[in-house]
Amino acid sequence: MLDYIRSNRREVIAAIVLLVLLSLYLGTHPRGASTYVLTIWANQCLILGLAAIAQFFAVVVRGIDLSVGAVMALTNTLASHLLDGSAIGIGFGIVAVLAAGAACGLVNGLVVVYGRIQPIVVTLATASIFIGVALMLRPTPGGAINYDLADAVTLDVFGVPTALVLSGLLIFAFWIPFRRTGLGLGLYALGSSEQAAFQSGLDTRLIRIAAFTLAGLFGGVAGLYYSFVTTTGDAGIAANFTLNSIAAVVLGGVLLRGGVGSLVGAMAGAFILKTIASLMFFSGIPSLAQPLFEGLILAAAIAVGGADVLRARNRLEVFGR
Amino acid sequence: MNQHDVPLLQIRDISMHFGATKALEDVDFACRSHEIHAVLGENGAGKSTLMKLIAGVLQPTEGRIILDGADVKLATPRTAQDLGLVCMFQELSLVPDLTVRENLLLGAPGSGLGWLRSEALAKAQDVLSRIDGGHIKMSTRVSDLSLPSRQQVEIAKALMRAPRLLILDEATSALNASVVAKVFDLIRAERDQGTSVLFISHRFHEIEALADRISVFRNGSRVATFDQGVHSYDEIINMMVGQKIGELFPPKPPVSATGKEVLKVENFSWEGRFADVSLSVREGQIVGLGGLDGQGQGAFLMGLFGLLRRAEGRISISGKPVSVSSPKTAKQPDIALAFIPEDRKTEGLIQEQSILENLQLAALGFKDLDASDPELYTSTLDRLELKHGGLELPVSSLSGGNQQKVVLAKWLAIKPRCLLLADPTRGIDVKTKTQIYQMLRRLADEGTAILLLSTDYEELIQLCDETHIFYAGRLAASMSGDSMTAQNIIAASLNVTEERKVVHA
Repeated sequence: MLDYIRSNRREVIAAIVLLVLLSLYLGTHPRGASTYVLTIWANQCLILGLAAIAQFFAVVVRGIDLSVGAVMALTNTLASHLLDGSAIGIGFGIVAVLAAGAACGLVNGLVVVYGRIQPIVVTLATASIFIGVALMLRPTPGGAINYDLADAVTLDVFGVPTALVLSGLLIFAFWIPFRRTGLGLGLYALGSSEQAAFQSGLDTRLIRIAAFTLAGLFGGVAGLYYSFVTTTGDAGIAANFTLNSIAAVVLGGVLLRGGVGSLVGAMAGAFILKTIASLMFFSGIPSLAQPLFEGLILAAAIAVGGADVLRARNRLEVFGR
Repeated sequence: MNQHDVPLLQIRDISMHFGATKALEDVDFACRSHEIHAVLGENGAGKSTLMKLIAGVLQPTEGRIILDGADVKLATPRTAQDLGLVCMFQELSLVPDLTVRENLLLGAPGSGLGWLRSEALAKAQDVLSRIDGGHIKMSTRVSDLSLPSRQQVEIAKALMRAPRLLILDEATSALNASVVAKVFDLIRAERDQGTSVLFISHRFHEIEALADRISVFRNGSRVATFDQGVHSYDEIINMMVGQKIGELFPPKPPVSATGKEVLKVENFSWEGRFADVSLSVREGQIVGLGGLDGQGQGAFLMGLFGLLRRAEGRISISGKPVSVSSPKTAKQPDIALAFIPEDRKTEGLIQEQSILENLQLAALGFKDLDASDPELYTSTLDRLELKHGGLELPVSSLSGGNQQKVVLAKWLAIKPRCLLLADPTRGIDVKTKTQIYQMLRRLADEGTAILLLSTDYEELIQLCDETHIFYAGRLAASMSGDSMTAQNIIAASLNVTEERKVVHA
């Protein structure tokens, strides 16, 4: 157990911080710890959580994806056209929305690998393209999403917010099995040492393309879930989500140099970030001062994660982290 | 070669060019199964390039690779591995952030990007326990392992792939003698089962112990191939360098106890890794540090150079007590220490920067030195005969031995009073080694005190005036003069007290 905590130190710290913040939030919320409050909170958290997962897949292979928010905007506006009407039509629409997200990621991956261009540049450019398409699809916010379906995934199951059930499913039914596949391992190998991964016989190009495709796919899932929560399409959400997804993965212990961190950490980081924002909303701090306080809390949380550098007695170890 | 001895792998007319550099030129080479084939040559002779071609890391500019009589194209390491050509690289191929278990599974046979299969792990575990690596936990992150442990894992990783042709490129360079012996037993067992082994090493006693056949490379061509025992060391060395080298080591000057004490260390301790180490280095002396791996000698050098926090003990330079809190303090003129780290690739140099930029790094910030003046380095570079295609090229374009010359030149620019070296000749060819030995002796003659950590006991015996052996973080023995023999050094390294002789000159 101790070994487990030590090797997953960052995730454990993130989980503790999250629990403390959540109790504070529920304590200060005028309506207390009700299913209603928890559901609203969990829905907001899961949207950013999915965006953070998208970002995680790019960061873990030593990349970064500045198009996460743009993919969300594109898939959200697409969903606002496709997710209303017959059950078959909606089913087809969901597949189309997710495919669009994955396709965006695939484009990023192909350009990064075959164009040999840095991910930050590629995704900066493609982000503009994706937002452009989103604006054409939905110049002003609007559209509709099937309410029954939206309710089914954004309310609660026997008092437990559906968003939390989905989060659990994501971790246990997707992440844990995924981590035991060659691709799951390959992502980390690639991010940690591309040369070693290549010499070990991995197809580093394929893995990098897969990583960006997964980032796009989860950007699409985030856009889809955002559609269910808001039931409208809005092309203007990109910038905010991109920046917050990066902040979330850093907060969740995913190192920007690649190779370290986990999907669980990225989600925890997103939940923490969103909880801080919600806390601010009810804390009585003037709204103009809120970004300042959010930033201070963010900086403090990251500092806690990096504190173990102070323990290093061999100065060279500090640089490796 | 008789009819039944069809070579497993043949190389025909292979050339490999990197821009204008011809790493290999029209090379023919063959190795049979049931054979351990040593490949010798200076750094830059083309051995590593040849191995990379066979491992699928590089593609030849021209020529054919023939496996079992059929042409093959080795486009990626994966292709090579699927054909049974497995390479254990000189530059470690382990992923630092993953655990030992995950590294072993990475690209393991039978697992692509899908579900990982762990059956092969049992074989790796078995290999590890047979080479004294049983203590290495599967759940440890590779970045937390010592260099020798990493090499052990690397060996296990290569062998679990059931190679038909196993390439060992300086595979045992960081391992101590007793582990090396076990690795060799394992390699012989592999050979007896039919595996063909290509073995690159710069240690002659290793080649003598292991090789069946020997091929010598020089300047991108194969000079000769012969059975082990046909030629003497001297003849082989002459083939490698293409000219006579009279002596590998420079002659030692007569022992003099009159030199001024430059470095004096008293009761130096840190974190239980080393404790109560006291020694001194006089002007003109080369003092050796030996012992098995990880006995504290490496950490001791780091401690002297101010890399360890809260190290205890007293250090004096030329009789004056000093406190070395960081490398920056250590290199100031009043202390003037220089440290050549163990891993030149990551700790000694910045690979992407040019040779000239790397040379300037130590002298930067000195008031009376102009770091950008190439004159500071030319004398050292000339003496060491640095082979390069221009000082503005990235340092990564140099071979390992030449990179080490750059590290030396960079530190000699600040005219250190005491030079600390951590295994400076590991994985370096004979000629460069000789140049470095001569350089060190000359520096000593000019008054620099030298503290040399070495894993090669020949160096301790032939080059050093005095040798201290570490065992479990303490000085197990100190010897000088005639008491420095291979037997004594090995006995002290193993802390065999019966044979331990502590002799002070």
